[in-house]
Amino acid sequence: MKIAVASGKGGTGKTLVAVNLACVLAPERSTALIDCDVEAPNDHLFVKPTLGEPVVVSKRIPVIDETRCVGCGACSEACEFGALALIGDRIMVFDELCHGCGRCGLVCPVDAIREADHPLGVVERGAAGEIAFGHGRLHIGEAMASPIIAELKKNAPERDRVILDAPPGTACSVITTLHGVDAVLLVTEPTPFGLHDLRAAVGVVRTLGLPAGIVINREGTGDRDVERFCEEEGLAVFLRIPFDRRIAETGAEARVLVDVIPEWRPRFVELAERVEELVR
Amino acid sequence: MKRIVFLSGKGGTGKTTLAAVLASRVEKLVVVDADVDAANLHLVFHPEIDETGVYRGSSVAVRDDEACTSCGACRDVCRFGAVGTMLEIDPLLCEGCGTCVTACPTDALRLVEGPSGEWYVGRAARRPMVGAELYPGEEVSGKLVSVIREKADEIAKRERLDRIAIDGSPGIGCPVIASTTGTQAAVLVTEPSRSGLHDLERILGVVRHFGVPAYLVLNKADLSEPLAEEVEAFARREGLPMLGRIPYDERVLDALRVGRSPADDPESPAGRAMNEAVERLLETIG
Repeated sequence: MKIAVASGKGGTGKTLVAVNLACVLAPERSTALIDCDVEAPNDHLFVKPTLGEPVVVSKRIPVIDETRCVGCGACSEACEFGALALIGDRIMVFDELCHGCGRCGLVCPVDAIREADHPLGVVERGAAGEIAFGHGRLHIGEAMASPIIAELKKNAPERDRVILDAPPGTACSVITTLHGVDAVLLVTEPTPFGLHDLRAAVGVVRTLGLPAGIVINREGTGDRDVERFCEEEGLAVFLRIPFDRRIAETGAEARVLVDVIPEWRPRFVELAERVEELVR
Repeated sequence: MKRIVFLSGKGGTGKTTLAAVLASRVEKLVVVDADVDAANLHLVFHPEIDETGVYRGSSVAVRDDEACTSCGACRDVCRFGAVGTMLEIDPLLCEGCGTCVTACPTDALRLVEGPSGEWYVGRAARRPMVGAELYPGEEVSGKLVSVIREKADEIAKRERLDRIAIDGSPGIGCPVIASTTGTQAAVLVTEPSRSGLHDLERILGVVRHFGVPAYLVLNKADLSEPLAEEVEAFARREGLPMLGRIPYDERVLDALRVGRSPADDPESPAGRAMNEAVERLLETIG
């Protein structure tokens, strides 16, 4: 069973939920924790895994063989991403705009396009106690996160429970993370920002046809709008985490809540049970 | 013209709040909400909208079933796994590259351009404001950011405004790069946590990679004293100028809920500290 932890808004507590869920599941069932937020990965700070050698994830970019190129411009016309430009009678390649689709090589009439690997980032796998762990890192200055997430998921360890910590937002990297999961936990906070972005996130899970449950973090401000929205949309709130300085400090120091404040353990066990019910 | 972008790496540290404080402090300014897949600045400013448009920036492959001979050439060339076992095209996985269109021997495929998001130009508290919302799952967040930034530049020139404030996205990828390039200052908003510090290191790398001068604001600074000290030590080591240390203060949310800048609340310690941070920024960048 694959469970993704997502949110529209950043900083609502996805990592808190994903890490603690993995930690309560691990003693009962074989569990994996996959941090798909490859732009700002943080799960490793909490579970402190032992990691193997980084595996480089690349995209295939075109390299023009100048001895063959006749400057016809077929490649630059075919590229949907503006990654090739015909300047005079020479082709310029803009590596960072290339999506690595290979169309240019297919249309070249004189076979003047070879391909080279352009590294986008790395994937690292390992273990944190009983938890199989994986995360990725997008290289600084690179734009494309999705291929790294796809690689993380493709070779994810086979476990009874796989927890995927999604990036914030609702764009393509979130879709790549949610593709093929069984259920989604949406983490939000009772603020106008939290509500606005939760709406967008609910739109995404509905488009994908995935069952979802809600976690409301930093509760206690008296703002009832998120609760009301969940009632209207028929979304069950599985867990409410109050704003509490002790919880905030635990998170700040990257410590695991269910270990530091044991009364949270049964609540996360219940959360796990409720997500599993969603799938059944 | 000075373009100031608010970034953080980690989400939820207070980018939008700081951007709102700057925007209400400076009169001759264009406001840009560039967090196109979780846009929130309009919830503070409630702009009156003058103009909207649909952005069409991405395509998907569509098959003509009558022309298709099920040869599978499309599946063989697709590098994004968007063509399934029955040769069905998954629009969410389709990159819109058209490689399958080129490979199809019977011209059964074509690219269809679809709507990817909506942009608006409006006005809030006499300031022009530009923003956009990406449709869920779309890939062109960076392109959409570029579209609204161009609009903001045009407005600034036309109305002779000398500053543009850009509220960016979390992360370090596509929309962040599109928000960062060509700006004159990046305000990095962080919080005293291991995650905040880790992500600050990454976003500082990106901002420096593009040659933009960076400044730091430490928000919710009193939530962890030891981590606050670590963040400050990091800033000193990196030569990253500190604009301010903002205490955690629930009044900030109260102000944002009623669409006000927290800096306009004289009772709010965080509001005062944010105002000082913005003053320091304006003094520094001129």
